[in-house]
Amino acid sequence: MAHLNAAHNFAYWLARDPRNAEDIVQEACLRAYKFIDSFDGENGRAWLLAIVRNTFYTWLEKTRADRSSIEFDEHALAAHGYDMKILEYDESYSIDRSLQQEESRRWVDRALSQLPDDFREVIVLRELEELSYKDISTIAGIPVGTVMSRLSRARKLLLQHLKATQEL
Amino acid sequence: MDCMETRTLLGSYLDRELDRKSVIAVGRHLDGCGECKRMFDLHSSITSAIRKRATYHPASASLANRIRAQIAQAAIRPENSRPPRVTRPLWNRWLQLGSAVAAAVIITSIATTQLASNSGNQMIAEQIINGHSRAILTSHQIDVASSDQHTVKPWLSSKLDFSPTVADLTTAGFPLRGGRLDYVDNRPVAVLVYGHRQHVIDLFIWPDDGVTDRSRTRSFSKRGLNVLHWSAAGMTHWAVSDLNSADLETFAERYASSK
Ligand SMILES: [Zn+2]
Repeated sequence: MAHLNAAHNFAYWLARDPRNAEDIVQEACLRAYKFIDSFDGENGRAWLLAIVRNTFYTWLEKTRADRSSIEFDEHALAAHGYDMKILEYDESYSIDRSLQQEESRRWVDRALSQLPDDFREVIVLRELEELSYKDISTIAGIPVGTVMSRLSRARKLLLQHLKATQEL
Repeated sequence: MDCMETRTLLGSYLDRELDRKSVIAVGRHLDGCGECKRMFDLHSSITSAIRKRATYHPASASLANRIRAQIAQAAIRPENSRPPRVTRPLWNRWLQLGSAVAAAVIITSIATTQLASNSGNQMIAEQIINGHSRAILTSHQIDVASSDQHTVKPWLSSKLDFSPTVADLTTAGFPLRGGRLDYVDNRPVAVLVYGHRQHVIDLFIWPDDGVTDRSRTRSFSKRGLNVLHWSAAGMTHWAVSDLNSADLETFAERYASSK
């Protein structure tokens, strides 16, 4: 099935749970089948990923009634232990050095899974699916400028997380 | 370009999403500014770390099988797969995606309205194109994979209340790949799948109901697909492919004259 791996990888990183990811993909594929009319024949992968994302949020609303606001400003992030400024002042930090370590894969996975939803999805679409800003904007339903700023902040958060883990 | 502007554009520079002029300006600034260059290196190292180290989770074989079975089920019994009436929130959500998906729905509706202006054939052409796109997109193109007409024909006949002609067109350059069931015009239909070079041709067949226009071959094209329609020997035929229309006509002629 075309794009099924991409659909599953995206669902996995959205739900961060193997069983839920499979349920979401299965539901999304059925929706894709029913709503084939809305497919413009151009980019099947982006179209299917948009359905996966939509299915995920529908599922999330059902399972998590009191989903917290998706607005993450820097104060909210600071409250979660993120410091957006730290990186800019630390001359000595080198991610290459930290990634020589054996557990680097686990670190990266953990850093990624701890990102807030809005940042995690754009990073997964960009780095794991290598999609353009335009495709990401279509899938996530946000303007291209927002894709750009979320990616930038997501990368800062990831750096900050990896750095903090390294120091543990 | 100053440091502040450069930092704002670092990500897009890294992702090759900047126009040429900005690429040159950012590159020039990075050459002369150690601080910004260091920020760029950090961003680029996190990008390559995620690309190289983050776990990619492909679909399992069992999930792929479950989905194929689910889609096959929906294809054979579409009345059970229709969304229930309480789907309003779902559609609202769908449209909330805004942008391209909603736009695609609207564009498709306009195209359908224009196509539907002269006969019911266009409605069927729509269903044929959807059936073909759906099969390609879900890789559910073939239920019975065989280049042998004596395997494909009995399989289709056993699932349907009619028996389509399965022609061997290998020497004409259209080898048979197999067949599947689909659902068009509210009835189960046979689909013969032929190949031609790297292209796939779906030939939809079902008994003529006497209403369809049997006077001549009609052709349509949409979404880069060509569709040919003709009636013969009490059967309605619809061929659809991304093949060019001349080659598709050759296919239809060879099929029609094979009997
Ligand atoms: Zn600078």
